[in-house]
Amino acid sequence: MGLFQQPVGIVTPLLSVEGASKEFYSRGKKVLALDSASLSVHEGEFVTIVGPSGCGKSTLLNLIVGLLPLSSGRILFRDRAVNGINPEIGYITQKDNLLPWRTLAQNVEIALEIRGVEKSERREQAEELIERVGLKDFEDHYPHELSGGMRQRANIIRTLIYDPDLILMDEPFGPLDAQTRIVLQEQLLSLWTTTKKTIIFITHDLVEAIALADRVVVMTSRPGRVKRVAGVPIARPRDIYQIHQSQEFRSVYESLWKELKPEVKMAGE
Amino acid sequence: MIGRGRLYLYRFLFGLFLLVSWELSSGRFIDPFWISSPSRVFGYLWEVTSDGSIFAHLAITLYETFTGFFIGSLTGIGFGFLLARKEILAQVLDPFIVAFNGIPRIALAPIFIIWFGIGPNSKIILVVIVVFFLTFFNTYSGVKGVDIELKNILRIMGASERQILWKVTIPATVPWITTGLKLSVPYALVGAVVGEFIAASKGLGYLINYNTSLFSTTGAFGGILVLALIVVLCNEVIERTEAYLLRWRPREETRSQGELY
Repeated sequence: MGLFQQPVGIVTPLLSVEGASKEFYSRGKKVLALDSASLSVHEGEFVTIVGPSGCGKSTLLNLIVGLLPLSSGRILFRDRAVNGINPEIGYITQKDNLLPWRTLAQNVEIALEIRGVEKSERREQAEELIERVGLKDFEDHYPHELSGGMRQRANIIRTLIYDPDLILMDEPFGPLDAQTRIVLQEQLLSLWTTTKKTIIFITHDLVEAIALADRVVVMTSRPGRVKRVAGVPIARPRDIYQIHQSQEFRSVYESLWKELKPEVKMAGE
Repeated sequence: MIGRGRLYLYRFLFGLFLLVSWELSSGRFIDPFWISSPSRVFGYLWEVTSDGSIFAHLAITLYETFTGFFIGSLTGIGFGFLLARKEILAQVLDPFIVAFNGIPRIALAPIFIIWFGIGPNSKIILVVIVVFFLTFFNTYSGVKGVDIELKNILRIMGASERQILWKVTIPATVPWITTGLKLSVPYALVGAVVGEFIAASKGLGYLINYNTSLFSTTGAFGGILVLALIVVLCNEVIERTEAYLLRWRPREETRSQGELY
């Protein structure tokens, strides 16, 4: 199937999605949102998923984290079938979803608070991450006092702080302007390089998908299916500001755009 | 926006304007028998304050209002949370709540007086009923309206349902509860006073009613002025508490320009 391009050895994947399908009922009609999608992700990998809007990308993430039950197929995390919400998986949504009544630092700390980590220790860890993403002087600000980019950074580090094994990101930079996006992409890559987390990142922007990923998954328009999985043979560390100009980038882009274009057209019709 | 000092000055001037117009109309355009006058009313208030006779009435009305307010708001908030979290119970009770809420509270007052006597208890019950529904409906809508995504985010982080209640549902409902409480204060006072109108031997409502029956508009306006003062003071306390509890919310004037994008 060309899906398992990682060296298939004794290593079992961290996550394996096998023929996952999801149906919804909308106005009494059955709608197939995701059609037997298969995908496996190994420890430490950065996988991006691109597809036209409404192709079931977010549905796939909701299935992986266990917010929605599968209609058919199965999803294994560390060889165990996903059954209900899995707190070993972090989920970063497009909307920042910060709690408006908590300051930036209190928002970043919340997962540690839930785990009963002592106040001074969680404040220390939060401050370290806050400083790394350049929000040092905004710790005591409430979300409404922060810009969209700042809120999204806070959203990302409040998931990193509790160190989940797998992090799902659903178009986290979608609502941001182009310049802020690049800054945040570069910060994300640097955080990923030091923490070596496993990330599944959804976007509708092919440039972003290639720039960040080890492998790019292209999905079809509704009902969403995995159309192609391609490795990105660009060396790391990558310079996110320059990467678009390299020859390797262009060739990956062209071959993937050929796959994505008809889907985008179809979704637009 | 204007400065705080200037705001209070303007308010003071407007109040003065009202009193002066009242004073000047009285005796010139309208017979003081009907509308009394500020000087007469303040004279009366001075008299009943210095001989201490108003305090017994004031104390009983405040006692009825606040006891009823606390019982009514606590049960209203508690019941609001309970029903918002027990879907089936809410569906079963819905028509009964709507029907009960539709009854004019005043219509219940005579029955409560039959049941609980002419003392403060019948008024307290009336206030409880008034405050209960206001806080109940607000709390219920607040809990129902909590963003499911916020709750899911915390679930994914591994929070228990109890933690979600304390860290998401309750703080998200606070603005709704304070709105309910703010609405309740004047209605609580109305409940107590109306109860006293119907049958009582003490209280500001009784005092106003008694003065009116003697055609003393001065005494009636005196009582009314005291009631108005109570409402303003209570409202001030609640607004300050609300401002503190909701300090995380964008203020109206900063919302448009203050967001840094």
